[in-house]
Amino acid sequence: MDFQLSDDQRALGAGIRELLAGRFDRDRMRAAHDGGGGVDRALWRELGAAGLFALRLPETAGGVGLGLPESVLLFEEMGRALLPGPLAATQLAAGAVKGAAEGEAVVALAEAGRPVGHLEGTDALLVLDGEAGGAVGRVLSGRALRQVVREAEPMRSLDPGTPLWRVPDLAGYEGEPLPDGARPRHEGALLAAAEQLGSAGRSLEAAVQHAREREQFAAPIGSFQAVKHLCAGMLVRAETARTAVYAAAVTGDPMEIAGAKLLADEAAVGNARDCLQVHGGMGFTWEADVHLHLKRAWLRAGQWLTAADAEEALAADLG
Amino acid sequence: MDLSYTEEEEAFRARLREWLAAALPGLPGKPDPGDWPGRRAYDTHWQRLLYDAGYAGLHWPADAGGRGATPTQHLIFLEETERAGAPYVGANFVGLLHAGPTIAAEGTAEQRARWLPPVLRGDEIWCQGFSEPEAGSDLASLRTRAVRDGDDYVVSGSKIWTSHAEVADWCELLVRTDPAAPKHRGISWLAMRMDAPGVTVRPLRTLAGSTEFAEMFLDEVRVPVPHRVGEENDGWRVTMVTLSFERGTAFVGEVVACRRTLDALAAEARRSGRWDDAVLRRRLGRLNAEFRALWRLTQWNVSEAQAGGGVPGAGGSVFKLRYSHARQELYEAAAEVLGAGDALDLDREWVLDRLSSLSYTIAAGTSQIQANIVAERILGLPKGR
Ligand SMILES: Cc1cc2nc3c(=O)[nH]c(=O)nc-3n(C[C@H](O)[C@H](O)[C@H](O)COP(=O)(O)OP(=O)(O)OC[C@H]3O[C@@H](n4cnc5c(N)ncnc54)[C@H](O)[C@@H]3O)c2cc1C
Repeated sequence: MDFQLSDDQRALGAGIRELLAGRFDRDRMRAAHDGGGGVDRALWRELGAAGLFALRLPETAGGVGLGLPESVLLFEEMGRALLPGPLAATQLAAGAVKGAAEGEAVVALAEAGRPVGHLEGTDALLVLDGEAGGAVGRVLSGRALRQVVREAEPMRSLDPGTPLWRVPDLAGYEGEPLPDGARPRHEGALLAAAEQLGSAGRSLEAAVQHAREREQFAAPIGSFQAVKHLCAGMLVRAETARTAVYAAAVTGDPMEIAGAKLLADEAAVGNARDCLQVHGGMGFTWEADVHLHLKRAWLRAGQWLTAADAEEALAADLG
Repeated sequence: MDLSYTEEEEAFRARLREWLAAALPGLPGKPDPGDWPGRRAYDTHWQRLLYDAGYAGLHWPADAGGRGATPTQHLIFLEETERAGAPYVGANFVGLLHAGPTIAAEGTAEQRARWLPPVLRGDEIWCQGFSEPEAGSDLASLRTRAVRDGDDYVVSGSKIWTSHAEVADWCELLVRTDPAAPKHRGISWLAMRMDAPGVTVRPLRTLAGSTEFAEMFLDEVRVPVPHRVGEENDGWRVTMVTLSFERGTAFVGEVVACRRTLDALAAEARRSGRWDDAVLRRRLGRLNAEFRALWRLTQWNVSEAQAGGGVPGAGGSVFKLRYSHARQELYEAAAEVLGAGDALDLDREWVLDRLSSLSYTIAAGTSQIQANIVAERILGLPKGR
């Protein structure tokens, strides 16, 4: 047993972090969120060219041939950077939807009873049917997709990076089945958990940095125990979620993925809230990035596998 | 990242499993929790069995009488013994996980030869005399003093919360040898015989009704100078070595135990019909995620320690914070599974466990102190008040 990142995995994570720092720095991140959100197609193509969506396709199919652990490391970085877009759905559809692997196509996610993000201009819809445990995926495109778009109603989205639409009941719409039964649900949950993990880590860093710099009562606020303990709690949440997410990526076990999603949602939401608290009044402003992480974390917590469904699945596994 | 075990590790696991399957049925029944002499006999008997089979002090270095096993093998040992329902270290805790490793790391050749083999064989029990009435979290402010008199230290003062003091043969004792020095200097680490004249042990009753720990009064107790481990006035550093062991691996087996308890809770809830309560069911589901993650966190910390030369790092504090809280949550859920009536019945094992679990956020450094350690040593936040 050697449950540590390999040198290659470390290099991969550092590589994508660098790529994102160059192509999606804070200014571009803010512009993306202040300007109504949505997918930046040019950046999407660059990510595609870097192999991000084709990562898990076999090399014989034009992919990179890497596994879930590598995907998780990439999605963690994209979560840190607060990259908008249906990243997990598009990677899962690579190979099934033309152009998805190359970053030419955007594939949005649709789940029964939930709003759909980035519907306008999407090239295909990955629809998850059925109960959380036994979900199967279908891909809607062409005429069926155009009809969904026509019937959809835009919402005022809580998350400024993710425009949302209410869509009609999709049960009657014809689509291409995705192979492998429940696999898309599990893997999507894991990739979303990885994004949550990245976000939780970023919130922790922001809180610690602020706690070191901001002075009150003639001392850095980070020297006060109340603030220290908030930060320590954030680290504990992030590290617990990290080992759960990494282990689930190694085993691919659905039950372990359910636990990882649950804890990663908790870490992303909890850390964003605590980060906001550490920032005081500044944390309540539009200008600070904290709220963007919190809003995205709330959105992701409601996608792929909710807390209620994860807890029920994990309960059924006991005894 | 690789969660699979090597062939060698799997072979080790298989041999251990086989041995456990043969050894466990012959064990006498578990003694009553209040019967300390009985518990000592039970725990030392088990230790002797481990010793004869070559499993004693598995993770100790070979030149200290151990097997020099890797942290992963130690992990497998703790996992398998717990899974098989083997006795917990119990009264051997301080000797095996704490004082022993410290003597192995810091002691002289004579000290190792004198103290380590009896710990491994289960012949001698140790206790930990660190805390004092006025020095708990602020351990370095301890006042029990030791004054040189010829070849002896003469020790006077008092210790408190000393677990297993009633049945211990030796005590790892922190004393002040230089009252003039700054408080972290001036401390020495002594091995004290518990039957030395001047040692009085007064059992304290815990909130669970048992006598897990005791107060110790030391009235001019003579401790030979060669029983000092490490240099005079260098005891704080030696103590930090000890504490890193205490926090690093002490709770591994218990995570496995928690997962067993959780399964038993679910089975009981299904039997009694409480499973229909979605709030309770989801709570148990969340605990399943929690203990699975804590096990993975353990594996992560062990792999990290293995890569870093075997010394547990500050990650132990991260683990302890989360684990101690989760364990208390587990027994809160247990009370709900038992229901309002049975949750008040002290003859139910989970009720006693619920009481015991209250100590997890206090013993071995409180959660507040662990949070300070995480914030200052891992996150680098400035020291403060
Ligand atoms: C079951 C059990 C077994 C034990 N076994 C042993 C043993 O065998 N040997 C031994 O030496 N000791 C033992 N202990 C003692 C244990 O290590 C101490 O109880 C513990 O370190 C806390 O010290 P204290 O009890 O003096 O509490 P205090 O230090 O008085 O703390 C009281 C409260 O104040 C908080 N506090 C104190 N200082 C700070 C600070 N700087 N910042 C924030 N909060 C703070 C604490 O978190 C706690 O909530 C045992 C304790 C228990 C409960």
